[in-house]
Amino acid sequence: MQLVLEKRGERSNTIALVSPLIAIGLTIVTMSILFLILGKNPISALGVYFIDPLTDSYSLQEIAVKATPLVMIAIGLSLCYLANAWNIGAEGQFLIGAVAGSWLAVKTQGTDAGHWVLPAMLLLGAVAGALYALIPAICKVRFGASEILTSLMLVYVADLFLDYLVRGPWRDPAGFNFPTTAEFDPVATVPLLVEGGRLHLGAVIALIVVAAGALLLGKTIKGFEIRVVGAAPRAARFGGFNSNQLILLTFAISGALAGLAGIIEVAGPVGHLQPGISPGYGFTAIIVAFLGRLNPIGILIAGLFLALTFIGGEQAQIAMKIPLDVTKVFQGILLFYVLACDSLILYRFRLIFPSRQVV
Amino acid sequence: MALVEAIILSVLAASTPLLLAATGELVTERAGVLNLGVEGMMIVGAACGFGGAWLSGSIIIGALCGIVAGTLLSLIFAMMTLGLAVNQVATGLALTILGIGLSGLIGAGFVGERIAPAPHLHIPVLTDIPFVGRILFGEDGFVYLSLALVVAVWWFLYRTRAGLVLRACGDNHLSAHALGYPVLRIRMYAVMFGGACAGLAGAYLPLAYTPFFIPGMTAGRGWIALALTVFASWRPGWLVIGAYLFGAVTILQLHAQGWGIGIPSQFMSSLPYLATVIVLVLISRARTGGSTAPAALGTVFVPDR
Repeated sequence: MQLVLEKRGERSNTIALVSPLIAIGLTIVTMSILFLILGKNPISALGVYFIDPLTDSYSLQEIAVKATPLVMIAIGLSLCYLANAWNIGAEGQFLIGAVAGSWLAVKTQGTDAGHWVLPAMLLLGAVAGALYALIPAICKVRFGASEILTSLMLVYVADLFLDYLVRGPWRDPAGFNFPTTAEFDPVATVPLLVEGGRLHLGAVIALIVVAAGALLLGKTIKGFEIRVVGAAPRAARFGGFNSNQLILLTFAISGALAGLAGIIEVAGPVGHLQPGISPGYGFTAIIVAFLGRLNPIGILIAGLFLALTFIGGEQAQIAMKIPLDVTKVFQGILLFYVLACDSLILYRFRLIFPSRQVV
Repeated sequence: MALVEAIILSVLAASTPLLLAATGELVTERAGVLNLGVEGMMIVGAACGFGGAWLSGSIIIGALCGIVAGTLLSLIFAMMTLGLAVNQVATGLALTILGIGLSGLIGAGFVGERIAPAPHLHIPVLTDIPFVGRILFGEDGFVYLSLALVVAVWWFLYRTRAGLVLRACGDNHLSAHALGYPVLRIRMYAVMFGGACAGLAGAYLPLAYTPFFIPGMTAGRGWIALALTVFASWRPGWLVIGAYLFGAVTILQLHAQGWGIGIPSQFMSSLPYLATVIVLVLISRARTGGSTAPAALGTVFVPDR
């Protein structure tokens, strides 16, 4: 008796819908086992992780705040992955966007610059992110260098560059030698949606990005080209679609969105530039993109769910002394299950009983 | 002279984890599987390797723990990509994300602890030869092991039948399957070998390079190892050159920081990463005529019946 994988006649739409849910279920089971190994009560740990953050308004706002960068980055990444272009350096593009926008905030600090500062910062962040993402894209289409490796290497470079800036030229003179810029002026800060709350304008921008992503993929020729190039490269060639141009385009869009997310994060919840502005948003967004099945609406839901794990992870650390790394393990396991379950959309398992066939 | 000797010694030490991980990945990729999880397997190998050595007091047990950890993680990868035909790029990324989290959990218990680093070879007379003595006969065991491994892999790939079959799986899995070779099983062994090497490479860091464990101590070395296989055009001999070149860049930028030549340390630290990008571009550009990559690299194979 043997268990083999077999291609389905056509993709299973039922499994396509429920596969993310199965994946989440399997992840929760695995996490319970992990909690037991760590000597924690799995029921109460899962409660702290997934239920408690949903019960008070502060945490709910915080989930939206954390989901904002995740969703924005993941929408861009989904375009890349649909076109079979592997941008995994969104973390670096996020940081460079944050740096570029912060440049203006630092330069205008203490001047009577008007309300044009914030829009200009957002624009700078998006442009810088796009340019930074174009480096691996150009290396790919021009020289054939693996975009996976080059985009990832540039994450480390961006991280070190930001570190240099906040320890060197941009350090707040009144900051007790901490590696950070001064707090941004009010005109360089993303406004809050509710006074005294946490929710800021970035959440609205993220929703606009989701709508734009859905529009691009569902209603435009470019979106169609992106999907065809990824799903059927040969057909795309016959159709005359320029796959190199699409690689450049998807990288530029995803870089711009990551950069925009970066500057919104710095000018919003953080309020100044410092190392460690991202708890790995650029990498978690990869999971968000896949959990959302590379679909804009799916990504919105997946982004909120992974934001919940960030908040839940922080609360579990405070309330139950569960290490923060558990959140990363959770996210890694989740991605494994999501990918495994997605495989069942195209394939099914079959038990083969040995007959008198020639071996 | 003493400084040059010290630099060469530290270059060899910095290159060894790159060489070990890249050798494993080279075999994996030669079988047609692209495992992007090297960084994840390395960092878990580092945590388990240090844990094993710290608890047992033995470097060898530590190294074995690293090997086992890397192999186990690579088995998850094999299950996903070979058993379930999942996209290899995405699975490799998942493995890295999981590995970074796991290493933090495993390593949390012994951050700040120290062990005695792996002993260096000492052969009377030979090791005492000025200058070349310590470089040739005074390394830690892992350095010699990594070089022996490269030779063994070269011999296996080009001088044995099994190596030929493995390369056939990587170049054309359909033909290999048609000839009756168990493509998926061969690929699984190749993935496991890659995992074992990555785990050992990770364990080298806390066992010999720095005698303690810090989270994230692999610092992208797994990714550089992946780039090295491209640099080497999937040929073992070139791996050695590539690994030592990268080790040299890493060490020279560290020394340059020490000499205080006015360039901010962050710029020097980013050199190995920038060098990787530049090398990838140059190598890929030089190869525009035809790719030397295994033809079936990264493609999914589901045997038809």
